[in-house]
Amino acid sequence: MNSPYLAKTPSVTEIMAKVLLALIPAIAALVWFFGPAILVSLCLASATALLCEAAMLKLRKRPVTPFLMDGSALLTAWLLALSIPPMGPWWLIVTGTAFAIVIAKHLYGGLGSNPFNPAMVGYAVLIISFPVQMTQWLAPASLAQAHLDFSTILHYMFSGSLPSPLDAYTSATPLDTLKTQLHLAKPITEIMTLPIYGKMGGVGSEWVAAAYLLGGLYLLQQKIITWHVPFAFVATIFVFSGIFNLYDPALHAGPFFELAGGATMIGAFFILTDPVTGPTTPRGKLIFASGAGFLTWIIRTYGGYPDGVAFAVLLMNICVPLIDAYTQPPVFGKKK
Amino acid sequence: MRKLYHFNGGVHPPQHKSESTRHPIIKPPLPEKLVIPLHQHIGNTAKPVVSKGERVLKGQKIGRAEGYVSSAIHAPTSGTILSIEQEPVPHPSGLRDLCISLEPDGMEEWIELQPVDYLNTDPSTLRNRLRDAGVVGLGGAVFPSFIKLNPSNRKIRTLVLNGAECEPYITCDDMLMRQRAAEIVEGAKIMRHMLQADEILLGIEDNKPEAIAAMKAASGDEMEVVAVPTIYPGGGAKQLIRVLTGIEVPAGERSTDLGVQCFNVATAASVYRAVRYGEPLISRIVTIAGNVANPGNYEALIGTMIDHLILQAGKNEEENVAIMGGPMMGFDLPSVRVPLVKATNCIIVKSEKLFPKRPAPMPCIRCGRCAESCPADLQPQELYWFSKAGNFGKAQEYALFDCIECGCCSYVCPSSIPLVQFYRYAKSEIWAQEREKKASDLARIRHDFRIERIEREKREKAERLAQKSAKAGSEQE
Amino acid sequence: MLDAILVMSGLALFLGSVLGYASIRFHVQGNALVEKIDAILPQTQCAQCGFPGCRPYAEAIAEGRADINQCPPGGEANIHKLADLLGVEFKPLNAEHGEPKPKSLAFIDESTCIGCTLCIQACPVDAISGAPKQMHTIIASECTGCELCVAPCPVDCISMVPVAENISNWKWKRPSYLEQDAA
Ligand code: SF4
Ligand code: SF4
Ligand code: SF4
Ligand code: SF4
Repeated sequence: MNSPYLAKTPSVTEIMAKVLLALIPAIAALVWFFGPAILVSLCLASATALLCEAAMLKLRKRPVTPFLMDGSALLTAWLLALSIPPMGPWWLIVTGTAFAIVIAKHLYGGLGSNPFNPAMVGYAVLIISFPVQMTQWLAPASLAQAHLDFSTILHYMFSGSLPSPLDAYTSATPLDTLKTQLHLAKPITEIMTLPIYGKMGGVGSEWVAAAYLLGGLYLLQQKIITWHVPFAFVATIFVFSGIFNLYDPALHAGPFFELAGGATMIGAFFILTDPVTGPTTPRGKLIFASGAGFLTWIIRTYGGYPDGVAFAVLLMNICVPLIDAYTQPPVFGKKK
Repeated sequence: MRKLYHFNGGVHPPQHKSESTRHPIIKPPLPEKLVIPLHQHIGNTAKPVVSKGERVLKGQKIGRAEGYVSSAIHAPTSGTILSIEQEPVPHPSGLRDLCISLEPDGMEEWIELQPVDYLNTDPSTLRNRLRDAGVVGLGGAVFPSFIKLNPSNRKIRTLVLNGAECEPYITCDDMLMRQRAAEIVEGAKIMRHMLQADEILLGIEDNKPEAIAAMKAASGDEMEVVAVPTIYPGGGAKQLIRVLTGIEVPAGERSTDLGVQCFNVATAASVYRAVRYGEPLISRIVTIAGNVANPGNYEALIGTMIDHLILQAGKNEEENVAIMGGPMMGFDLPSVRVPLVKATNCIIVKSEKLFPKRPAPMPCIRCGRCAESCPADLQPQELYWFSKAGNFGKAQEYALFDCIECGCCSYVCPSSIPLVQFYRYAKSEIWAQEREKKASDLARIRHDFRIERIEREKREKAERLAQKSAKAGSEQE
Repeated sequence: MLDAILVMSGLALFLGSVLGYASIRFHVQGNALVEKIDAILPQTQCAQCGFPGCRPYAEAIAEGRADINQCPPGGEANIHKLADLLGVEFKPLNAEHGEPKPKSLAFIDESTCIGCTLCIQACPVDAISGAPKQMHTIIASECTGCELCVAPCPVDCISMVPVAENISNWKWKRPSYLEQDAA
């Protein structure tokens, strides 16, 4: 053994556990507003992730227990499950998770070596391959035409059949609706009066976003993440949507809608803050997150996909080595 | 109030200082045998000037400084030279080195000491005096002090005295300042005279109120005692210079070129004793702490066996493994049967409870905690990556040699990666490569020289032959 | 479609010309290249590479007459450096030329030495001192460990002694890692 003989630091496991803990409020909000479907998909994703992780570790001849215990596979699974529609067919979440763990994580070298955020790779693969299933989001329980109970959910996820037509339970997401309605040349003010919109974002989903924010503040307080990434990401989206909203409020949703809608909050506090696939320097973090914020806004406004966080993250992941190389802080004594 | 500056990074490990400051410095009884290594400083090994069986007096020079960067070694007490041999020394390698063994005769008979009146002595004589007295930096770096007291062309404005003592467990400077403040002040005055410095600043971490009070009482208006915030590694020379003066000394540059010089308080005290009384450096104060019954500070003769000191502090049952230095930068002693050297500021007896084993390392998750805590503003995770891959050139590009090996990065790494060990490994590989490069350059020169010589000899031979045959031809005619 | 093709071919043209320029601009000229290769070689002058010394081998590499993996004293580290310098693929040491050995120094058993000077003539770096009919000694700091003096000695009094690790040449070891991080 060699110096330093002392250490004071949360272990990787503790860090991951705290991040998982920080996701609990959002999960609770999801259950409250959208029913228990999310719990089923979380369980499915977790089980798939752990199995794949264990299998890959065995194949790569790494010790299984310490790596399973690090919690990173579980976190990937949760983030993916929270990013896709909660009540998809079972194979949707399983395919996505397996792809995230096997291809995006382990084929790139496992924990610490993967350049792309595994959960977002899983998401991107799913949305490209199964666009239909990936846009069937549950409607908020208060707006759905039919009631969903636990056994119906399970039955649907594994057999695909439902007592009422699927449409009775689902609706497009607020962001998606906005996009389609804008295509129909309706002004924003009118769109916003649709029943799925709440005070700031969508009914229910705005509370989920608030719960992510709460979890994120906890992570900040625990020093698991630094302020740079969430701040730069949120601020960039806020500024761009704010300017365009001022310029033409009929075509561009307001900045608060952009923050409360879609994956902005989970992205800011949970996805972009993934240390492995982000830059390490403070300035690099600011550049990385602003870039992601800008791309998110661009994709949302002009792109073909309802939300842009996943693609923005993946695009910025590519730039990380470059960002890190160019944002090296000056060494002690060598400041200009 | 003096304006203090700030350096980035740093950590707050638990202090563990109160345990060893409960009673004053103790003088342990004379040991039965002293083993004095000849290489106790940065630079060349001292050359033995005594022989086996010879009787030496206390303070007599037994090894003389070899070359410029070197320092003399003295007999810590009177007695007989037992041997001059390779013995185990306190070094992380666990290898042996040349040592002089001495059997004390218990008489403590001093050589004749020659005090100097420093105000009427020229600086170069004073420097020679310190070199002959074996005075080296006692903060742990053991660089020969006389070299640092050679003012460069640049005017020295500030003489910084380092009483910060930021590493956990170590309290030898703290106790010295509490008990011998006057010696430190006098030593600092000698140094100021030699450097022609304008001011003396003594930095002490604010977790040592007694030392601050004692030093303030002793210093009068000779120097300013400044309480600095307690943060590890605030006692690193560069960090302390930064905090007190705002100057950042870049790696590879001398602080004197920026008008500052920095010494440890214990060094100042030994400069005083060497000049005022002519006493060479034959003892030092060492903290014995950790898993012992009675932790404390001991004024021990150089060459005293570490286990002798641990016994004084009340050995606890358990395996006898000890750290030399602090828990952040120290190293495992190969055994406790090694001598105390000038660099030994602290011995911490280990136990599983005090230093639990760290979990097995996990891959780096690039969390950046190491970079946040690095006082040298490096990117430890990148240095680790390159060192691990053996890409030493790249590691140097990322300023590997600016790393002060403070250990903050490892301290905070959630993956428990032995980061500093990788930097030590990379540095010593680079040094080895440089040694090899030097050797091969020498070989190339000698080889070229040889080829040229052979050619020349051939040519001369041919010329001689030609001359001979020419002569023969002309004689024939 | 057409514009995509145009963009791609434009890009290819541009990159191609940059590369072409670079290869002309940064091409290392003959002698300079030999110097650079020679600077990497260990200068043991042992001739294991099949050339009568390091410089001839460097010339041979520069002229493409020899491969980069023929020098055992340099080991894989040097092959890496040569590969980097020349921009070619690394290849493992060619076993035909011998195995890398720990660095050793020649040692002359002075009681047996008959002072024949054969070793002095063999030593490529003049690391042996002594005159005819007197015993000879190795100047340790200058011996490269090439072993060329061993064979010529008629009384077999020269042996190669590995250099022992001491405090000044000791190196920190690479932290031993668990297989967790074998990658
Ligand atoms: S603290 Fe450890 S895990 Fe985090 S970036 Fe540094 S080396 Fe990697
Ligand atoms: S050991 Fe080196 S890299 Fe690590 S924190 Fe200290 S100076 Fe920085
Ligand atoms: S094999 Fe011997 S002679 Fe040839 S390059 Fe290597 S060291 Fe030089
Ligand atoms: S002494 Fe022998 S081994 Fe050493 S360099 Fe000369 S010939 Fe080679």
